[in-house]
Amino acid sequence: MIRRILAIARIEAIITRRNRWLLMATVIMVLFAVALTLAGSAPTGTLGVNMLTVSVASMTTLSVYLAPLLALMMAFDSIAGEAERGGLGLLLSYPVSRAEILLGKFLAHIAALAFAMVIGFGTAGALAALSGGADAASLAALLRLILTSILLGAAFLSLGYMLSALAGSATGAAGLSAGLWLVFVVLYDLGLLGAVVFDAGGWFTQKVFPWMMAANPADAFRLWNIAASDGVAMATGLAGAASALPIWVAPVSLLLWPVLGLLLARRFFGRLEP
Amino acid sequence: MADSILHIKNAGKSRGAMRVLEGVSLNAEPGQRIALLGHNGAGKSTLMKAVLGLTTLDDGRITVDGARPGSAHARTVTAYLPEAVAFHKSLTGREQLTLFARLAGSDMAQVAGYLDRVGIADAADRRIGTYSKGMRQRLGLAQVLLGRPKLALLDEPTSGLDPISRHELYAIIDEMAAHGTAVVIASHTLTEVEARTDRIAILRDGRLVADDTLDNLTLRAGLPTRLRVRAHGDAAARIADETGGTRVNGVSVDLLCTPDRKMAELRRLSAMGEAVADIEMHPPRLEDLYRHYSKGDSQ
Repeated sequence: MIRRILAIARIEAIITRRNRWLLMATVIMVLFAVALTLAGSAPTGTLGVNMLTVSVASMTTLSVYLAPLLALMMAFDSIAGEAERGGLGLLLSYPVSRAEILLGKFLAHIAALAFAMVIGFGTAGALAALSGGADAASLAALLRLILTSILLGAAFLSLGYMLSALAGSATGAAGLSAGLWLVFVVLYDLGLLGAVVFDAGGWFTQKVFPWMMAANPADAFRLWNIAASDGVAMATGLAGAASALPIWVAPVSLLLWPVLGLLLARRFFGRLEP
Repeated sequence: MADSILHIKNAGKSRGAMRVLEGVSLNAEPGQRIALLGHNGAGKSTLMKAVLGLTTLDDGRITVDGARPGSAHARTVTAYLPEAVAFHKSLTGREQLTLFARLAGSDMAQVAGYLDRVGIADAADRRIGTYSKGMRQRLGLAQVLLGRPKLALLDEPTSGLDPISRHELYAIIDEMAAHGTAVVIASHTLTEVEARTDRIAILRDGRLVADDTLDNLTLRAGLPTRLRVRAHGDAAARIADETGGTRVNGVSVDLLCTPDRKMAELRRLSAMGEAVADIEMHPPRLEDLYRHYSKGDSQ
């Protein structure tokens, strides 16, 4: 089983490298992270935190948008596209299970995402630390940012496979992926914000809202990073929501999503007749 | 039959209101080459997918070397060449074949040998995106050879191949059959299949309308042999009158006769002496047979 997963992963890794996905994802991460770090260097003095902390805070906001986007872009074609090209039927005529194919692709894609995150956030973090100082806490925050970004990417990779298996065509999968990104990353938060404003600090805001936030992987990612670091919480101004929940909720949500996504992807993949 | 590699019994499948397979039974023994003929949409590809376990049947059952289609054992002993092989453009031929070898659990050292066997060793390290259709088809064939399968399913294997490549393809198929692989070739390119297969199965609208050797099918169809008689001088009119044949291009006469009447017809013609200059015999060809069985004249 491991041998076949690795065989698929190896091929997918070659493809990710050859079609310049790895390069593109890395360049995007570096450009955005560095730009945000340089632009966000102003408030250090007023908040009394070092520059790396501020940089991590702005990069957390960046990652909420970028990690799901990159992950979905890598994932949407992987099942529907292969089915369209006719390669899936051939692949499945070999003694390799659908779960093994999924895991192989996942392994290669998550490795590519991790590479882009480490280089992107690492470069920006190093730049911030060199120019504005760093301490142990801010370094830990940077490390946490990188790891949670990879987890966030994993969640959306698996959801991307699910849509790819569901859609039946690569174009359809691309459309569904764009929709999913919009819902999870933008509309969900807008909806919650509207509800909170309407509720005006009542029962919903105090009891339901934090849990609903944690249920969305993108928000769970934000909560985890904020709850774990006072400096980052201060810099993002989201400390309130983070402190309303037990500390384990956001990490559990973010860890469960990739598993849930892969299970759903496997389920829909099983229904697909190549 | 006990020694069948492929055993299909009463296979039936519906797609919506359409019956795509109905009561199809077919066996393949080791070393047999079977042509599966039929028009587009006759059910050839569906049948192959059912054998591969890619699609499920509504009725009947299939076993591949005693195992359920799609099971690990069935997949291990089966090789498949899809109709339009589209490998990933950015991989090289060697990388693609190495993946398949790893999945099949076969010896990595054989990859180069198979690439050489199908004649693309020179292009092995070029990207598949630069391959011609024929080269992709050859790469597809190389993965069929991997791991000496017991059953090979080839869907339109000759499409996109030039005549020389086709010839090589059939040489490879013969070689596989000689090693004991049962080969099923779905095709509507009839002419090569004629000489190269042991049995011919014809699908029409999801039903198997014929499954026999070419000779038996010919006999059963009772299709006429065509005799083209070339006349000496102006004897054509006389020959046509006496035999009831039809005149063609001035000097020849065409006669149609059933297989059992053929010798009698020939004796009659030779009795005409000088009037007959030459006789060409056209026994019914696969094309005629195919037309006969796929139109359902026999039912």
